[in-house]
This record gives sequence, C-alpha cells and structure tokens, in this order.
Amino acid sequence: MRQLIARRLLQTIPLLFFVSIACFALVKLAPGDPVLSFVTPNMHPEDIERIRHNLGLDKPAYIQYFIWLKELFQGNLGYSLVNHQPVLDQILDRLPATAGLMASAIALAVLIAIPLGLTAGANRNRWQDKVINMISYVGISVPLFYMAILLIYLFAIKLHWLPIMGMRTIGVHSAWDVIKHGILPCVVLAFGFLSVYVRYIRSSTIGQLKEDYVQIQYAFGASRRQVLFRHVMKHVLLPVITLLGMSMADLVTGAIVTETVFSWPGIGSLGMTAVKGMDYPVIMGITLFSALFLILGNLLADILYGFADPRIKSTR
Amino acid sequence: MSEDKKVLVDVQQLKKHFVKSRDTWGRTSEVLKAVDGVSFQINKGETFGLVGESGSGKSTVGRCILRLYDYTDGTVKFDGQDLSKLGEKQLKPFRRRIQSIFQDPYSSLNPGMTVLDLIGEPMNIHGLYKNVEERKEVVASLLEKVGLKREHLYRYPHEFSGGQRQRISIARALSVRPDFVVCDEPISALDVSVQAQVVNMLEDLQAEFGLTYLFIAHDLSMVRHISDRIGVMYHGRLVEVADSDELYDNPLHPYTKALLSAIPVPDPRAHVERVIYKPDSAAEEAAVLREVSPGHWVALP
Repeated sequence: MRQLIARRLLQTIPLLFFVSIACFALVKLAPGDPVLSFVTPNMHPEDIERIRHNLGLDKPAYIQYFIWLKELFQGNLGYSLVNHQPVLDQILDRLPATAGLMASAIALAVLIAIPLGLTAGANRNRWQDKVINMISYVGISVPLFYMAILLIYLFAIKLHWLPIMGMRTIGVHSAWDVIKHGILPCVVLAFGFLSVYVRYIRSSTIGQLKEDYVQIQYAFGASRRQVLFRHVMKHVLLPVITLLGMSMADLVTGAIVTETVFSWPGIGSLGMTAVKGMDYPVIMGITLFSALFLILGNLLADILYGFADPRIKSTR
Repeated sequence: MSEDKKVLVDVQQLKKHFVKSRDTWGRTSEVLKAVDGVSFQINKGETFGLVGESGSGKSTVGRCILRLYDYTDGTVKFDGQDLSKLGEKQLKPFRRRIQSIFQDPYSSLNPGMTVLDLIGEPMNIHGLYKNVEERKEVVASLLEKVGLKREHLYRYPHEFSGGQRQRISIARALSVRPDFVVCDEPISALDVSVQAQVVNMLEDLQAEFGLTYLFIAHDLSMVRHISDRIGVMYHGRLVEVADSDELYDNPLHPYTKALLSAIPVPDPRAHVERVIYKPDSAAEEAAVLREVSPGHWVALP
C-alpha cells in the first residue's frame, strides 16, 4: 500500500509537467493578446511595446515557458498580468470559498443520490424509477446556469428568502450569512452532480440485485431493506468512490459557470476573469492545481476501493 | 417408498409462466411456460433428484419452492402448510426451515463479507445466536463439519477454491438448522474429483442432521448415487418419476431413455447408441403421469 502511494506520487511529476506544457501551448496558440487589455486609444505604439517588454511578452514563447518553469521550481507561480498580484496568493485566497461550496455540494449530492439510486434500481421500471429517472434527466439536460437563474428568480427575487448573489452581505460577518448566500449555488451544483451519480448508482444496483448472493438472501428470509442496505449498498459504493475521486479536481477549480452566475468569489470566477483577460499565469496556476487534485483524488479512490471490495486489495 | 413415511414437501400442479413480452398496452402477449403443471412429493429424510436438460424448468421448480419466484398456479405444501398462500411475514419461519445451495459457488457468496459474516448472515436474519462469541463458536464448528478450518473465519470468499466455497455455502445453509435443503446443481460447477467429496459430505450431513434434499442436477450418474427417487423433467413437465435404481434399470419414457443414453461410458472403445428424443405427437406431450408399477410413474399416452 505504501509503495503504491509513493509510486503514484512520483508519477504526478511528469504528468504535471506535460499538463503545464499543453496548457501553456494552448494559451499561446489562442487568438488574442494580453497586452491589448492595457491599451487606451491615445497610447503610442512605443508605449504598447514598452508594456509588452515589461511583462516579458516580447520573448519567444518557449523562453517564456522556461522562465515560468524556473520560477515554479522556486515556489513562485508567477504574477497576474492584469492585477500583478501573486497567482498563488490569489488562488489560496479564493480556495476556501470554492472548496467549501464544492464540498458541501458534493456531500449533499452523494447523500441524496445513494437512496434515490437504490430506490430506482430496486424498483426498476416501476413508477418510482420513472420519477427518479425524470429528475435525473432534467438535471443532466437543463444547463445549470439556466437552473440557477430560475432559482434566483424564485427564491431571491420573488420570495425574498435568500440573497441574490455574492458570498457576504457587506458589513455583516457571520457564518449564517455565508451559509445563506451559499444555499442556492450549493443546491444548483448538487443537482448537477446528483443527476449523474443517480444514473451510476441505479445501474449498479440493478446489476447487484441479479447476483446470486443477493438472490439467496431472499431465500434466507431477509427483507428487502436488509438486502438493499447490507448487501447491495456496499458494492454500489464502488462507482460512487470513482465519481468522488474525479470530483476532487472540482474542489479546487470550482464551477466556472455557476460561480460566475452567483458572483461567488471562488476559483471558478477567478478562472473566468483570467481566461477573458488572457491572463496566462493565472490560468496555468489553476490548471496545475486542478491536475494535482485530480491525481490525488484518483489515488484516494484507489485506496478506498480496497476497503469497499477486498478482492481489489489482494490483487494489487 | 413405504406408506408410513411422512410427506414433507408436497408440490401440486405447480405452474410458473414468465412473461416474455408485452404489447403496447402492457398486456401480456407472449408467455414462456417454464414449469407447466408439475406434481411430486418428497418424504421426510429422503433425497429427491430432479433431472432434465438445460431449460427444462428444474431450477425454476427449486426457486418456486424457495418462493424466490411467485408461481402462476398450483400449491407447494411444506409440512402440511400451504406456502403459496403465506405473506412474507408468515413465511419467515419456513424460510429458516427451507434452505438452499446454489449452483455457482463464485457468485453465491458476497465477495465483500468474511466467512464468519457469510455463515452468520442467516442466523442474523432469523435472530439466532445473538451473542457474538457464541455465534463465532457455532460458525467455527460448522466450518469444521464441512471440512474447513477455524482459521478460515476471517478470510474472504476469493481466497478459497470452488470446492471450498461450496463447502462455505453448505455450512451457511445448515447454520439455521433447516429441515429441507434445495440443492440447485450444487456440484456442477466443481471439478470431478471435488464433486464426489462434496456429494459424500452432503450424504453424511443428511444422516447427521436428518435432512431432506431436493437435488437438482444434470449429471445423471451423480444423481443416481445420491437420490432415493428421481423425477425427470422435460419442457416444464415431469415425464417420469421412480425410485432411482428402477428408473435407471427400467426407464419407460422415451425421453428418459434418451437422457440415459447420454451418460458417457468411461471406455474409449465402447460405442453407445445415442437416442435423440422427439415427441411423436401432441398427445405424447400432453400426457399426464400414471402409476404403471408401485412407485413408478410415467407420462405416456
């Protein structure tokens, strides 16, 4: 087990290297010029060139990459081209908002998705299954930003139950205030996650219920509840673990669209601004974080598999 | 078959029809008659063998007796009580007395549970031996009864061979002191060398616990060895029922003859004439069982 973890952590180094090259190349290949965001109509061309030189953008792209890489090894993720703040500080600054929102959304999604998926799978093709399927199809096919706008309209504008956007009311410093702001984005995100989770859990439940060892429980006189919760659920957790592992990256990247709609001051909206301004150091920083957490999440999932299914543990 | 023996399981006109397809309005449009009017009795302490080709409905009969399927028609009486009329709650005491061993030892054990949990599971369901230490002792002694060791208590099923797994299944079935065990092809997934061991063990356990078996199989020589009486199934119907020696020595139904001709002879030079059974007429297919000699029933027109 320890060997597995060490090997996986070593594997992340070349992987992160390739991710950074690909990301850098994509940003450089994209049309647009970051300098243009500083240009005002009465600037001279020399001024523009000076800005370009000051930012180091007049050097060839590969030199720029190596400068970035050299700085990275010294623990410096660079500075934003737009507001000249250190990238790492900006990311760490916004991390709690994003991680809190995403973790609660994912937790909510899992807590709801497991009973829903089990119910749907156990009542395959009956009305319960059809209702749950419909809910999950709505969640998959309706864009989240549209659902966000609908919910804002209903709960914030019409009913005045919840604030419209942001994370804090200006001048108010209480946890309850943050929670109130977080409810709508959390519900929207959770709905998106859970629609997918339910599909996986449902099909896994259907597969499990056909297994002989589940059938034989009925012959022993076990009730439906006992069968579902003692035998089926543990195996249904396997796809959930996979999904959770992949969601680890979302914890640090956030949801770009949902955060933007709700003006949630997280990494998603930071990324959105960075992409609009061609602010490549910020884009690179977020991408690296995302890749790192994706790898860690998958490693965590691999470790957790062993607990859910002992067969996996012994074949490693 | 002497008359003073007590009938434990009495199956009368059992029918199980599966719906193959439905039309647009949800009405049944095509039906598969897996079991179509099967009647037989099993006496206390005996082993009743059920043989037939794949798809003849023999496993379905077993699963109907276990009430894993709700059957279409007919009755199954266990110890005088009609099981078909009972709800799941009233059925529970019978669920303890009727146990089963499934065919595939690889799929009938939950891979996520230890041997202790697997064998303890039926006890758990029926609320027996609630004390943890006591349950462990009972499970360990059951393991020793089926030829496994106490050290195996905390192992997982994937660490065992097929034969050992089937022994775990047998220990599990016996864990709640059943009267009747439905053995649904318990040895057909095992190596031939292991088959004999498991069958002999089943016979020893039968003598020790006074068990009654329904032994479903397609291996005819093994069935003859273990069964007191044998029923031959074809297309969802019983075509012949007789004491096992009588059936093998004096088969009357052409399908039984065809089935017996398919037993391989362990001699490469021997040439056995295979008989292929094809019902001659609809009358032959619709014939009902008649007693032609004491204890020997056959369905011929």
